[in-house]
Amino acid sequence: MAKVPVQFTLNGSEKAEFIESGTTLLNALRDKIGDTSPKGGCHQGTCGACSVIIDGELRLSCLTLAETCNGAAISTTSGLSEGGVLHPLQRAFLDTFATQCGFCTPGMIMAARVLLDHTPNPSREEVVEALSGNICRCTGYEPIIQAVLLAARSNSQNAA
Amino acid sequence: MELRKNYFADVRKDDLHEIGQPRARSDSPGHVTGKTAFFADRNFPGMLHLKMVRSPHHHARIRSIDTSEAEKHPGVVKILTARDVPHNVYTILILIQIGPEDETVLADGKVRWKGEAVVAVLAETERAAQEAAAKVKIDYEVLPAVFDMEEALKPGAPLVNEYHGQNYYLYDSGECRKVRFGDVEAGFAGADYVLEQSYQSSPIEHAPTETTGCVVAPEGNDRFTCYTNTQAMFFTLDNASIILQMPGNKLHFVGGTVGGGFGGKVDVIVEPIAILGAKLTGRPVSFIYSREEEMQISSPRAAEKVVIKDGVMKDGRIVARKVTGYTDAGAYSRHSPYGAQKGAGHYPGPYTIPNVWIDTYCVYTNRTPSSAMRGFGVTIGDFALEVQMDKLARLIGMDPLEFRFINAYRDGDMKAHRQPTEGAALIECMQEASRAANWPVAEKYMTMSSYAKGA
Repeated sequence: MAKVPVQFTLNGSEKAEFIESGTTLLNALRDKIGDTSPKGGCHQGTCGACSVIIDGELRLSCLTLAETCNGAAISTTSGLSEGGVLHPLQRAFLDTFATQCGFCTPGMIMAARVLLDHTPNPSREEVVEALSGNICRCTGYEPIIQAVLLAARSNSQNAA
Repeated sequence: MELRKNYFADVRKDDLHEIGQPRARSDSPGHVTGKTAFFADRNFPGMLHLKMVRSPHHHARIRSIDTSEAEKHPGVVKILTARDVPHNVYTILILIQIGPEDETVLADGKVRWKGEAVVAVLAETERAAQEAAAKVKIDYEVLPAVFDMEEALKPGAPLVNEYHGQNYYLYDSGECRKVRFGDVEAGFAGADYVLEQSYQSSPIEHAPTETTGCVVAPEGNDRFTCYTNTQAMFFTLDNASIILQMPGNKLHFVGGTVGGGFGGKVDVIVEPIAILGAKLTGRPVSFIYSREEEMQISSPRAAEKVVIKDGVMKDGRIVARKVTGYTDAGAYSRHSPYGAQKGAGHYPGPYTIPNVWIDTYCVYTNRTPSSAMRGFGVTIGDFALEVQMDKLARLIGMDPLEFRFINAYRDGDMKAHRQPTEGAALIECMQEASRAANWPVAEKYMTMSSYAKGA
């Protein structure tokens, strides 16, 4: 089958691959590039486990064709910590026991990161709204909400 | 967190160092960095993708299977049918001597539920496997099906599973699990009121965010490494060993990382056929349920029906309880005979009742096989029992919490299945619940104890 070239940055690194036309960004990241932090829970845009950030916006990588991402800047949870130091969101998820099975966690953290980038001091309602596209079937929503609020607080303390 | 130290102070050591203290979870750092390796995060060069051809009928005889067109489809490497499986008829609990073997890995001559696996297609890509699966031609003779447990138990009902020979699991106690304690009819005769009610539930799907699946890699030394999200590692290894007629030391299972299970990943479904595919092709194999398969094919919690008849006195004592429970196993046993048996032990509830009669049936129907889910055999029964308790309290005009204090089991009470009660704490729990919920009860109940009668 005919292959098409794709080129983008992933967590700041240049990536280039030949893929089959029609390959989802999720499958390109996981199977071709080897970043398995986005998860495939439903492959139909309902669970949010595949969430990534494309040019600053939260996107479902299972519904995004890889070939539409040429020239984009893509971020995933695997690229969040810098120099072995956890990002405040990752730290907050640890401290509030916001992970259970962990399958939804990378997607949750992506959704939370986009929220905090746009709204550094969100209300609880804004956190709930921002996470509303991400399913935690272990139903641990409350600690996840607390984690995002804690990360926002620690960000504003660091900024002060 | 508050520890209530006034309860059981004489039997409890207070050298607790961990309880009440936060402790970091060892798996969390992997989760928040995306480094946790779930089974589907394993990728091997040359990996094949397995897709199942499934029955569109609830109950049908297979007249013929034609895979010739599918085999020609580009990218197809291997197609498996029942005859490829070394020990095709199995049952999970055979490991603990709960037989008979009643389920096929791939359907052989018959399908017994809509969605049953018939043919496995292995191809270079998921898409090729899917397309080829659609080209497998199966000629079915549709048979009458039965979906209702009480219908299935009637004489003349369609026989669901020939390995059982009747539409219920035959326990050593007969057609159902039985508990007989005291004289339940005499209890009803002497009761002020008798209340019989029927409770029913539908199947419930666990819907884990990570679907069921495994990735199998053949090793250089004739062994197979199976990365799986099973919740039952050794059950799966041992059953795979039986199904494949392969010594356990040829199988290396890697797991423990499960993206949500809730009981839905204890059946042995994907691993044996994926290992067989890897063996017969010499290549790694990935078999991952689609979201649709997870919702429609994986075992749900069983549908249950619970009929409870209670005799109660105006002073609040339950003097007789008769329960008939039905567990819908679907077409195959899996863990349901065990679930139905658990119900038999559980139905008196945490109450001391002098006359008890319990029958629990594990029934076969042409529905999706059910299996484990969070307290299966007990959870639906508890719903029924506690709704019944509220109805009984209303019937005699008593506060529902006080009604439960009167009947709560206490240390030394004989349970219906003839195990004396030990270490009961129901009364103390209800005392705390009364305070926490601001649902006051009479002082005499707040001074009761699980230790001794007469309070």
